[in-house]
This record gives sequence, C-alpha cells and structure tokens, in this order.
Amino acid sequence: MEIPYNVEARPDTGLFNAKLGIWLFLASEVMLFGALFSSYVLLRTGAPAGTWHHGREFLNVPLATLNTIILIASSVTMVMSWASLKLNDFKKYRMYMGLTLLAGVGFLIVKGFEYGHKFEIGLLPKSNTFLAIYFTLTGLHGLHVIGGMIVNGYFLGPGAKMFKTEPERFTNRIEVAGLYWHFVDLVWIFLFPTLYLL
Amino acid sequence: MSASDAESIRKQTRSYIVVFVTLMVMTVLTVAVSYFHMPVGLAILVALIIASFKGSLVAGVFMHLSHERKVIYWVLLVTVIFFIVLMAIPSISQWDQRMLR
Amino acid sequence: MALVDERVAHGHGHGEAHHHELGFWQKYVFSQDHKVIGIQYGFTALCFLLFGFTLMMMMRWSIAYPNQPIPLVGKLLKASGGIIAPEFYNQLGAMHGTIMVFLGIVPLAVGAFGNYIVPLQIGAPDMAFPKLNMASYWSYFVGGVIMLSSFFAPGGAAQSGWTSYPPLSDIAPTGQTLWLFGMLFLIISSVLGSMNFLVTIIQLRAPGLTWMRLPFFVWAQFVTSFLLLLAFPALQAAAVLQMMDRLAGTSFFLPSGLVISGQQLQVAGGGSPLLWQHLFWFLAHPEVYVLILPAFGIIAEVIANNTRKPLWGYRSMVYAVSFLGFMSFIVWAHHMFMTGMGTVMSTFFQTTTMIISIPSVIVLTALIISLWGASIRYTVPMLFALAFLPMFAIGGLTGLPLGLAPTDIHLHDTLYVIGHFHYVVAPGTIFAMFAGIYYWFPKLTGRKMSTMLGHIHFWPSFLFMNGIFFPMLIQGLAGVQRRLYDGGASYSHAQPVLHWNAFMSGSAWLLGLSQIAFIINLFWSMKKGEKAGSNPWDATTLEWAATTSPPLAHGNFVEVPTVHRGPYDYSLPGASKDFTPQHQLQEV
Repeated sequence: MEIPYNVEARPDTGLFNAKLGIWLFLASEVMLFGALFSSYVLLRTGAPAGTWHHGREFLNVPLATLNTIILIASSVTMVMSWASLKLNDFKKYRMYMGLTLLAGVGFLIVKGFEYGHKFEIGLLPKSNTFLAIYFTLTGLHGLHVIGGMIVNGYFLGPGAKMFKTEPERFTNRIEVAGLYWHFVDLVWIFLFPTLYLL
Repeated sequence: MSASDAESIRKQTRSYIVVFVTLMVMTVLTVAVSYFHMPVGLAILVALIIASFKGSLVAGVFMHLSHERKVIYWVLLVTVIFFIVLMAIPSISQWDQRMLR
Repeated sequence: MALVDERVAHGHGHGEAHHHELGFWQKYVFSQDHKVIGIQYGFTALCFLLFGFTLMMMMRWSIAYPNQPIPLVGKLLKASGGIIAPEFYNQLGAMHGTIMVFLGIVPLAVGAFGNYIVPLQIGAPDMAFPKLNMASYWSYFVGGVIMLSSFFAPGGAAQSGWTSYPPLSDIAPTGQTLWLFGMLFLIISSVLGSMNFLVTIIQLRAPGLTWMRLPFFVWAQFVTSFLLLLAFPALQAAAVLQMMDRLAGTSFFLPSGLVISGQQLQVAGGGSPLLWQHLFWFLAHPEVYVLILPAFGIIAEVIANNTRKPLWGYRSMVYAVSFLGFMSFIVWAHHMFMTGMGTVMSTFFQTTTMIISIPSVIVLTALIISLWGASIRYTVPMLFALAFLPMFAIGGLTGLPLGLAPTDIHLHDTLYVIGHFHYVVAPGTIFAMFAGIYYWFPKLTGRKMSTMLGHIHFWPSFLFMNGIFFPMLIQGLAGVQRRLYDGGASYSHAQPVLHWNAFMSGSAWLLGLSQIAFIINLFWSMKKGEKAGSNPWDATTLEWAATTSPPLAHGNFVEVPTVHRGPYDYSLPGASKDFTPQHQLQEV
C-alpha cells in the first residue's frame, strides 16, 4: 500500500501531505525566530538608559537595503519558477530557479562583506549585547538562506529529473520549497528594520 | 492543464509583479521614514506596521495564504497566539519586576 | 528473529514499486518503516533509561553514605578512591535528569509507541514522511551519543542541572557545550518528528475514521506533537544563545559586573540570566505534558480493553487534553516564582496554573469512573494501569502547593519538588510505558510476555517506587534542598529527616533489582512466549485488525480498512461477542 495524498489533495482538508508539513515546519520556525526576537526585546528594554547601542552606529543601512531588495526579488523569481511549472514551461522554470539561486548568492556575498568588514574593525559578537544579538539573528537567518539554497540547487540540478516522470509531484515540491524560501524572506523583512533602522 | 487553469496562473503572475513593485516602494519608504526624528515608541510602531504590511503581502500572495485551507489557518492562528505570548510575557515580567522597586 | 516481515502483502491494483529484497542496512538500520523505527526508538530509549537509572543509583549512594567509597563499583572511580566527589555528583544529577527526560521517556513515549502504534490505529500504511522519520531517529541517536560523550570531556559532563541555568552554565566546563550540541540534535529530531505525526494524523486517517472516532491514544499523541512543535524551538534558540556565550564570548545571560572567584568577568555584560529561564521553561513546561499525555493515552487504551466497556467521558477527555495543551503554553513561570517576580505576573501565572489542574482531574476522573461497573480483567498491563491512577493523583495533588506562590516560597528547590514530579513521571509515566509494552508486545512479536514474570516485576516496583518518593515529600516539607550530594547532612534543619535517606536509597536499589524480571521477560518472551494471534486481548481498535499477521508486514494492511464505529465498542447490547472492532460494519 502506498502512502495516500502525497500528490493529490485529501478531500476534507484540501491539502496534499507536504504542504501541510511545510506549514507546520514554518510554524516551528516562527517560534524559533520569535524566541530570538523576544530575547532582543527583553535585552533592549532591560538595558539601563543610554547603554543600548543602536543599529546605525555600526551597521551599513544602504547595503542592507540592497540585500532586502535582492531577497524580495528572489521571492518573486521563486514563485515565478513554480508558476512556470504549472504552465508546463520547464525552460522558464530553470531560468527563474537559476535567478533565485543567483539572488541567494548575492545576498550571501553582501552579508559576507558586511561581516568581514565588521570583524576587520574589531566589531565582534562579544563586543556588546547589540552586536551579539545582531550576529546571532542574522547568522541564523543566513544559515537558513544557505539551507534553502541547497534545496533549490538540488531541484535545479539532479532533482529536476522528476519533472519528466512525475510532473505534478515535482511541481508540488517546488511549491513547498517556495513556501520555505518566502518564509526566509519574510523573516528578513522584519529583521531588517528591527536591527538596522530602530 | 486546462485553459482556465493557465489563465488563472497568468493572472496570478500579474499580481506577483504588482506585489513586487509594492514591496520595493515599501522598502524605500521604511528606510526613508527611519531618517525622520521621532520618539522611539512611534518609530517602532511605524516600522512594524510597514513590515507587517510587507509581510502580509509576501504571505498572502507569494505563499498563497489568502486562498489557503482552514487547517492551515488554524495551525497559524494557534502559532500566532503563542508567538505573541512568547514575545510579550518575558518583557511584561521584566517591567512588572521593576514596578516592585 | 525478524520483527518486521519483509514479505510484501500485495493489495489489488497497486502498481507502484514495492521494496523487494532490501539489504540488511536498509531493512534494519536505515529503515523507513515506522515499525522498525519504532522498535529502534524503543530499544535505544530503554537502554538510555537503564543508564539514567544507574546514574541515580550512584547518586543515592552518595546521598545515603556521603564521602564513603561505593562498594564493588567504586573500583571504577579510581581517581577519587571510589568516592563520589560533589562535582561528580552534580554531573550525575544533571545527566540523570537530561537522559531520563530527553533520551529516555520522550523517545519511548512518542518515538517508540507513537511511531509504532499511531499509523496502525488510524489505518495507515506508514507515517506521512518515512524518510523524515528515519532522519528523526538518527538525529536522536547522534544527539544521545554527543550527550553521553560529555562524560569524557575535560571537567566532566554537564553539571549545572538538567535546567542549565546561567551564569553557572555559561562558565561550566566543556561538557556543557557538548550538552548544548546534543540538545540541538535532539530538538531537531523532535520537531521533525512532531511534524510527521501531525500530518499523519490529519491526512492519513482511514475512511470513516472521524476525529471523534479516534482512539484516545491518537488524540494524546496529536496534542503532544503540537506541544513539541511549538515549544521546542524556544529552547533551540536558548541553546544557540548559550553556545554563543560559551564559544563566542557574548553576554546574553551574563549581567554586568559579574564577579567569579573574586575576579570581575571580562565580558561586555548587559545580559539577563532570567532570559534563559523564560526560554527554557517556555519549552520545559509543555515538556512535562509531553511526558504525561502519551501515558494518559496508553492507560486509556488498556483500561477500555480490560474493563470491556467504552471509556466513560471520552468526549470530555478529548476536550480536556486539547485545553490542557493550549494552557500548557501559558503557565511556565510558575517555575520562576522565586526570581523576584512582580505581583501582576505572579497572579497571572498562579491563576493559569490553577486552571490547568482542571483538565488533568477531568481525565483522571473519567478513567476512574470507567472502572465503575466493569468486569475487570487483571492482566499485567491492567495492573500497571490501575497503579498509575493513584500514583498520578498523588503527583498531581502535590503539584498544587508548588503552583501557588505563598507555599512555593517554602517548597521551591526542596526535595518536595523532586518527590512531586517523580510521582508523576516514575510510577506515573513509566508505569504507563510498562503497561504499553506488556499490552502491545503481542502485536510486535506475535507472542505474549510471561504473566508470572510480569507480576514479579509489578508488585515490588509498585512498593519500592513509593518507598523512594513518599519520604522525599516528607524531607522536602522539612526544608531539605535538592541537589545536595550529602542528602542534607550538613544542615541542622535536615537532621530530623536524614534517616530516611538510607531507606530511600535501599528502595531505589531494590527497585533496580525488580527490573531484572522485566528485562528477562522481554528477551525470553520474544522466543519462548505464548504464541498470540492478531488480537489476543480481544480489542476493538484498528491496530489489532491489521490485516497482516504479527510480526506485521510492510504496508500494515492488505486493503485500506473502513471505520464504521467509535474506538471502544465493548459489550454492545445485542452483539454476540463482548467487543465489536472499529472496522466491523454491523454487529454480528
């Protein structure tokens, strides 16, 4: 007996398994980043007046704005790659997925530059609590970006074979990967103003 | 894939582009607003409102959440409640502790 | 002995590839079959439970006879001349708690029982994501190995309590870092596992199996999985922050101006030890419900089956555990009443804590009323289930003064707390685990466990559990603190109750001996136990109707079962047998 509702939706819930699965996983990720945001709030509100360092003191706002734009653009290309598959256009899918990966690389390069520059001038996580939470939050987010890129890379490369044999199942997989990728973008949309602008 | 399915996908594609442009504008806006001097509380509120608006566009349109199933909505509702609890309680507790002194 | 028969039961009209001729590694080591994975979890967890128990037996020597060399085993502790040093006692304590909770009970209750039974009880061929299931097990295994390896780190294993409070844990030796790494793997295992359970229960229920026809065991696992999914990430975040403190020199949990051994700590400061406590307990309170809910589930199944009547108040029990699950997220700071909390927060958490006691009472009451007017079969599983009821009652009731701040002032951090939670977990959950093992053993192996050995296991265990933990409540009320390597000997207020220590330690060692009958029974019965068919207990739920015979084949059911009735149609008026299985259409 094979596992039901892997591809076709279960009638009463209207969902296929992986879609429910990824939303549940994203729920746990909301709690993970939520815990870190909560830590940020507690540490900042608990700091004696005048001792909390603000983002602008250390951080490069234009560079981070660029990164925000890159990540949002990658979200668009990701959902376009799924839409292309729904329209049976494999070539377009490859193009959009490739662009998504490229954007991811771009994001990481900018991040790497940001981090590298800070380390050069002696701004480390241990320097003060703001930098500590900054590096931790953006670092964990960066790890999530890398994870997403590994998955996307697999689906652009060896994983893409599935489209020939099971196109609907493959399309579902890209939708699920897309949901994860959009979530990573969503976290950044909140991280950016919190750390850089406030 | 039927013609009406293809048509609906094309419509969705248009909305993706619209949302993308909106998100770009909102990003520029949030950066611009941050340069204005305003009390911290207000700055936080404005930043969160803009971020929430951007977030709901990503969630609603890119993640198809605006047309999702009830099961997903229930899961997210429960999550949001506990997210708020986790965000609020430690800080309220800290405030309450200070009230003691 | 093959516990899982790889002969494929061919259904009709299924064209996809079956797993013929899997190699040894794919069949028994990297299996994706929920039954094999369930057994892997079970076996690993039982080993960890035994190890954690051994640590406790060593602790109890130190408590009863502090600074004296341990007889026999002492030769292994060459360095200290066979004496348990206070620092080593702390390692034993921290690791005992960690191992029992994270490496023992949860993997057994959820990973083993949940994995094996849930798909069967809902009529599914496997879990929704078999590969993920396999990954969850191996992540748990790796986490466990890392945790245990900490004993060999310089400075020894984690020694800041299972609660790892900073600042102490921030500056503790290397073993603590390994503890954190281990937790990372364990949490990933649990989060992925809970995702699997939730999708499986929501999506893979057989036709006709509506929510209110689910066996209570499945409801219990369902709520448990929600708790694991949404609460564990907070500890994951906390563990990351503590790792940053320990490895990157940050001060998330280190306040400014901290002085250690006369020296000011050279860190940025500005951190909050309370932040750790909030994040830790945000997980750890739901965690205790993770420890008890599967137990409720097992006890409910065993009671329904051995009373030959439907559970009383099934619907109330379902609403109660759902409400319990929700409430469990908003009571955590009752573990923090002594941190200088303000009155608003204290009132809030006392209120929610008192409210959360209600659903547990509802469940316990329903289970007790289920016994009324029943023709009880005193099988070995039923013995453990019956014992569970008063033991859990004591555990639950002793929790009430802890949940009220005024009484908690006196009882916090005393042995009373330890007595309270051990009553719930030891003669509570662990008895439920035993009940489950005796009950479902025939489904796994096709043989029953020996009843005689079961009695030899049960009666002494029941006696000695009380011998350990009841005096602990007395010592706690007298004000004796927890985590003292000498059992309170250096404190004058502890002197009147010190004599209990030897009694409790003796009970602990005798409890250990009582488990030998169980271990022998487990292995002996696999080969020589009385042969059992598919449904030796005449039970109604779907796992007993799995259309392949035990040991079950891949795929579980030849045809998808259709459910026509609730889970506990025992003694239906007019039926010819005293049980009517769920998938049976009309009464015969």
